[in-house]
Amino acid sequence: MFKRIFNTWFLLELVRGLGVTGGYFFRKKFTIQYPDEKTPKSPRFRGLHALRRYPNGEERCIACKLCEAVCPALAITIESEERDDGTRRTTRYDIDLFKCIYCGFCEEACPVDSIVLTDLHEYHFETGASGTISKLDLLRIGDTHEGAIARAREADAEYR
Amino acid sequence: MTWLLAFWAELPLIVQLGVKIFAIIGPLMVAVAYYTLAERKVIGYMHVRIGPNRVGPRGLLQPIADAVKLMFKEMIVPTNADRYLFIIAPILALAPALGAWAVVPFTDTLVLADINASLLYVLALTSMGVYGVVVAGWASNSKYAFLGAMRSAAQIVSYEIAMGFALVGVLMAAGSLNLREIVLAQSGGIHQWFFIPLFPLFLVYLISGVAETNRSPFDVAEGESEIVAGFHVEYSGMGFAVFFLAEYANMLLISALTVLMFLGGWHAPAQIPPFVWVPGLFWFFGKLAVVAFLFLWFRATFPRYRYDQIMRLGWKVFIPVTLVWITVIGVAKFFTPFGHWFG
Amino acid sequence: MRAQSRGPAKRMLSTAKTMTFLQLIFYIFATVLVGASLMVITVRNPVRAALFLVLAFFSAACLWLTLEAEFLAITLVLVYVGAVMVLFLFVIMMLDVNIAQMRAGFARYLPLGLIVAVVMAGELTLVMLSGEFGLDHAPRPVGQAADYSNTRALGEVIYTDYVFAFELAALILLVAIIAAISLTLRRRPQTRTQSPQKQVRVRKQDRLRVVQMPTSQQDKP
Repeated sequence: MFKRIFNTWFLLELVRGLGVTGGYFFRKKFTIQYPDEKTPKSPRFRGLHALRRYPNGEERCIACKLCEAVCPALAITIESEERDDGTRRTTRYDIDLFKCIYCGFCEEACPVDSIVLTDLHEYHFETGASGTISKLDLLRIGDTHEGAIARAREADAEYR
Repeated sequence: MTWLLAFWAELPLIVQLGVKIFAIIGPLMVAVAYYTLAERKVIGYMHVRIGPNRVGPRGLLQPIADAVKLMFKEMIVPTNADRYLFIIAPILALAPALGAWAVVPFTDTLVLADINASLLYVLALTSMGVYGVVVAGWASNSKYAFLGAMRSAAQIVSYEIAMGFALVGVLMAAGSLNLREIVLAQSGGIHQWFFIPLFPLFLVYLISGVAETNRSPFDVAEGESEIVAGFHVEYSGMGFAVFFLAEYANMLLISALTVLMFLGGWHAPAQIPPFVWVPGLFWFFGKLAVVAFLFLWFRATFPRYRYDQIMRLGWKVFIPVTLVWITVIGVAKFFTPFGHWFG
Repeated sequence: MRAQSRGPAKRMLSTAKTMTFLQLIFYIFATVLVGASLMVITVRNPVRAALFLVLAFFSAACLWLTLEAEFLAITLVLVYVGAVMVLFLFVIMMLDVNIAQMRAGFARYLPLGLIVAVVMAGELTLVMLSGEFGLDHAPRPVGQAADYSNTRALGEVIYTDYVFAFELAALILLVAIIAAISLTLRRRPQTRTQSPQKQVRVRKQDRLRVVQMPTSQQDKP
């Protein structure tokens, strides 16, 4: 009883609370200085999209439209045509990055591992229209980062 | 040096006063700006992060960057807002916060206006700060702002009473309404400072001070998770900046008053060599910094009070506590041998 | 013009420099006071009217300061500006004043209002013309030394000569407070409210019971 009165009037519970935050004041900080330091990324990280090619330079996508069908945000638009050699290829492969929720379903649906989500996440758009990226952009991203994409797939392969 | 003093004496009274006022307000504004940085840093540290560190070395230019940004932003006046009152409100909030510094004695001799009812003057001016909030809330023509203003008006009026009674205790102990004499009554060492005999009043004053400045955990007037930003939702640019300045200037003012009335002002904690070598001005600012740090520490620690609990604390706890302790002071002063201790 | 030379400005008889300065201050605040008072009764918006009233109080307090009545001046600001007018504003802001509706009864109440106004003006004129008022009848306040404390003087008078009247006033105010509370206090037993006292008083042992349960056998392999 006496202890309770003492605790109340000398605000000891509040002082204990202040003690907790006061202790953290001197704790070592674990801020990551972002542009200079970066946290390690998982090989499963889902960032910007890319379209991959086979080693011989042929594009993988066969315009099966499974990704378009599975996309929950309806971010993918595909149009396809028969090519001169009789294979089916896309003539248009647009991803609206403003709609995309980066769920990775397209990658999982793809039978030929064509559309993938890379670990790129530092990108921006300067106009509203540039939020939709085309087949050419996607292929170029795939070409530039093929090494990293392949390494990430390799690292994650045994868990798939 | 002598010609400088002679030149000073030759200046007209208005110019002399202007220079003196600027000598207080200029550093005060810089202090306020850096207090905002200190807040972000301190709260960051208590969150185990490091706070702003990009603008200038260790983030030291951050307040200047903030100020420049706010100055160049557009000040939007909402449709159907009361235009004049909308513009006047931030000024109403800032002016009392600055005006009260006129009577704050920094040392025994360094005070702009040594008036003999300075304690009352300070109390009167701090009580006027609520107009900025109330007028802003009404003039914005916004429900959130209006709710914030209503909350703030009720809260500040309630805590003003407890605060006033705490000050009555101080002036009973000191036997004077003059802040300089109140500090002089505490000379002699840490055992003479009023926070020991007036400990309940010290706590009441400190907590009421937090409530008066609408600071966390009493920040229901802003309450960003309940009513967006309360009374200043509709403000942007310079109007917002002035409210910001007013809040922090008020916090520094309450810290200064706490130091003057309970923590011995410019006096050193003991009259022995290592302490007496430090000039009084440094003691004053050192203590001020400690109390100002407490404000930030509170914000990092305590969750926001619920509104009915705030009202209960003010009316049913603080006012009775202060009244009882005023009686204790009166009795102790005249009927017990501890009278000298109480002033 | 005679009134001007005898105004409060003259009371601090030190140098010509301070005299003009005080006069300037007096005229500035007097103008603001009169202007604000006029605005209180002429502006349409009740909130603005209340704010002009605040300005009027403040200017009056500044005028009292020039009279060396600093305790009264500051108390005026503290009590009226800092507390009473805030509560006034609090109420006025909640009102939804419809000006058209207020104007509707204007013509009907005009005759009665005019009669009251004329009677009041007549009474005031009679009092003013009686010859008992005016600067000739009021003693000129004397300037006091710098260490003179208006607060101390007031306290000495209130707690000695006028202590009975003072206590009586305090008692009347107390009765008024009790009356106001008892008139407006409504107990509404069916409303659901929280009681902070009870919430604060709760301790861990009142609500939390730690029970030891033997682990069930099925889960063991």
